[in-house]
Amino acid sequence: MTDTKKIEVRETRIVTRRLHDVVDAWKYENARADGAYQIWADVLRKGDAADLLAQVKASGLRGRGGANFPTAIKWESLPADVFPRYLVINGDEGEPSTFKDREIIEKDPHALVEGVCIEAFACGINKAFIYLRGEFALGYDRVVNAVKEASANGWVGENIQGSGFSLDIVVHRGAGAYICGEESALIESLEGKRGMPRIKPPLPIHSGVYAKPTVVNNVETASTLTHIIKMGGAEYAKLGVGRSTGTRVAAISGHIKNPGIYEIEFGMTFREIIFELCGGLRDDKELKFFLPGGASFQWLVNCDEHLDQVYDIDDITAKLGTTLGSGAIMVYDQSTDPVLVAWRLAKFYAHESCGKCTPCREGTGWIEKILYRMSHGQGRPTDMELLLSMSANVSPDVLRAPFTQTTICPLGPSPVSAVASLEKYFRAEVDAACSGGRPGIAVNVRVNS
Amino acid sequence: MSFTPENLARAQSVIAQYPDAHSAILPLAHIAQDQDGWLTTEAMAEIADLVGTTPADVQGVCSFYTMYKRRPCGKLVVSVCTNVTCLVVGGPEILEHLNDRYAADDDVFVEEVECLAACGNAPAMQVNYEYHEHLVPEMAAAIVDDYKSGVLQPRGVSGGLK
Ligand SMILES: Cc1cc2nc3c(=O)[nH]c(=O)nc-3n(C[C@H](O)[C@H](O)[C@H](O)COP(=O)(O)O)c2cc1C
Ligand code: SF4
Ligand code: FES
Repeated sequence: MTDTKKIEVRETRIVTRRLHDVVDAWKYENARADGAYQIWADVLRKGDAADLLAQVKASGLRGRGGANFPTAIKWESLPADVFPRYLVINGDEGEPSTFKDREIIEKDPHALVEGVCIEAFACGINKAFIYLRGEFALGYDRVVNAVKEASANGWVGENIQGSGFSLDIVVHRGAGAYICGEESALIESLEGKRGMPRIKPPLPIHSGVYAKPTVVNNVETASTLTHIIKMGGAEYAKLGVGRSTGTRVAAISGHIKNPGIYEIEFGMTFREIIFELCGGLRDDKELKFFLPGGASFQWLVNCDEHLDQVYDIDDITAKLGTTLGSGAIMVYDQSTDPVLVAWRLAKFYAHESCGKCTPCREGTGWIEKILYRMSHGQGRPTDMELLLSMSANVSPDVLRAPFTQTTICPLGPSPVSAVASLEKYFRAEVDAACSGGRPGIAVNVRVNS
Repeated sequence: MSFTPENLARAQSVIAQYPDAHSAILPLAHIAQDQDGWLTTEAMAEIADLVGTTPADVQGVCSFYTMYKRRPCGKLVVSVCTNVTCLVVGGPEILEHLNDRYAADDDVFVEEVECLAACGNAPAMQVNYEYHEHLVPEMAAAIVDDYKSGVLQPRGVSGGLK
């Protein structure tokens, strides 16, 4: 199913409008003057949680944390009549080159708090946790302050605006572990444990924080809710293409002329995003390859098929196997060594592997070591084959996209996406670089601190 | 050193936020680290007491997270990103420059870190978790020097309140 709707090449600022247009939007007075908490007030006045679910369902909203799961279906899966239940907002943003949640957290925290209020009300939840990445020191201050101001002004707390509904929001800081972005690891971490993913089922929606039903949503997802209620779900669903409705806050970086966050309507092509919206590559250099959806999925290269691919969650997976993941797009020019990029990604995953399952704990480490020597002038002619066979332990059927996994969570297979991309698009370059390898040379095995 | 009376009060109000005190381990460890400059064995034992678990449990949890420092690291934690965006726009050069410059400086702890979610303004670093972006090596060093000389006020080593 190809949607032929033509999307105008420009930003459609819905979630990011206030943080661009309002100076110091993080301050309560400024956000409030711009309409913050107005939709929340309306929601309380109407008191119709079922209508919120209906609007979100009509909007077609899918989670912006990377897995694209429909938000309304998640809400509907909440077991009826089990209380307490919790809301957890995922603000752990640690995927390489993903920096869109941080913008909202630091610059428009009231948008997040208002979204949290609406989501909690829709799901009958009285306690929410906002889990922020530990390194977000300013973001933590800003969100804590926003919650405090919202409470002082009667938007959060006991019997809000006399509605009978109460909501307590706790802002929780992590301490440096990418894996805590995975929702069940995040829950473990929130319970004061090592952030190791749980074996599923049960899913958090059935048994999450303190073994209670828990809705986990991303910062951007929650911040979008307010706008969906404001516009009406059906109106929101008019934006975008196919089942990719609305806008996505894309974080674009690398060798790009104008890096940054761009809120775009689904349906543009990568060519339009990279060359028109972001002004093309730095110094007008030639594109070599780009990562269309964060660090964990397969790459795309400079060819018409890939550049004309539409920014559509399902279409890109159906046609090219890769996904839009965390919403990050990384752009690299011709000067870039793809093996070096693959190595740096593998180093990241090896460092961040929680160690719970063997294929990931061992596999990511070996992939990193092989890629290290390949990208540091010590590659051997057989290294690519070795890499592929090591990768198969973590992700059988290595080249397949989306990847398969032998692991508890998708972190293990993530570096295999980079390996598969090398094999698919850069095999000749890799072989050339590894042909002069010196077998038997001691490899500098790096120990991550 | 054990929690100061002020930090103990903070710790207790943090614990009270959670349905289960065990959830407070991470935030309490941040408070302890800001106070002492690193996460001491003594602090972890005290945290264990406060949340009702064993010191071994707290140590096991805290050793999982990279922000907790298990030995003194000076007054400034300088975290330089070399991940895939910073990698191609000069991050590794900044790391090398700062590593060389502060190798013998006990006040400055330079570390290589993963993506800081600042790729739009890469290359980036944090000093006590305060962001500095769009860097070149000399500028990064000038910023660290400004913290050293007091021109810039650092947060706690855990990124807590200034
Ligand atoms: C290794 C790994 C890291 C993840 N990191 C994040 C993250 O930083 N932020 C996020 O919102 N979701 C992250 N996710 C996805 C979450 O598990 C989960 O799908 C998401 O928070 C659900 O919210 P959503 O439906 O609103 O997207 C990660 C998943 C994995 C496997
Ligand atoms: S795949 Fe890796 S990160 Fe995920 S649970 Fe297994 S060891 Fe941990
Ligand atoms: S890659 Fe350096 S901040 Fe993201």
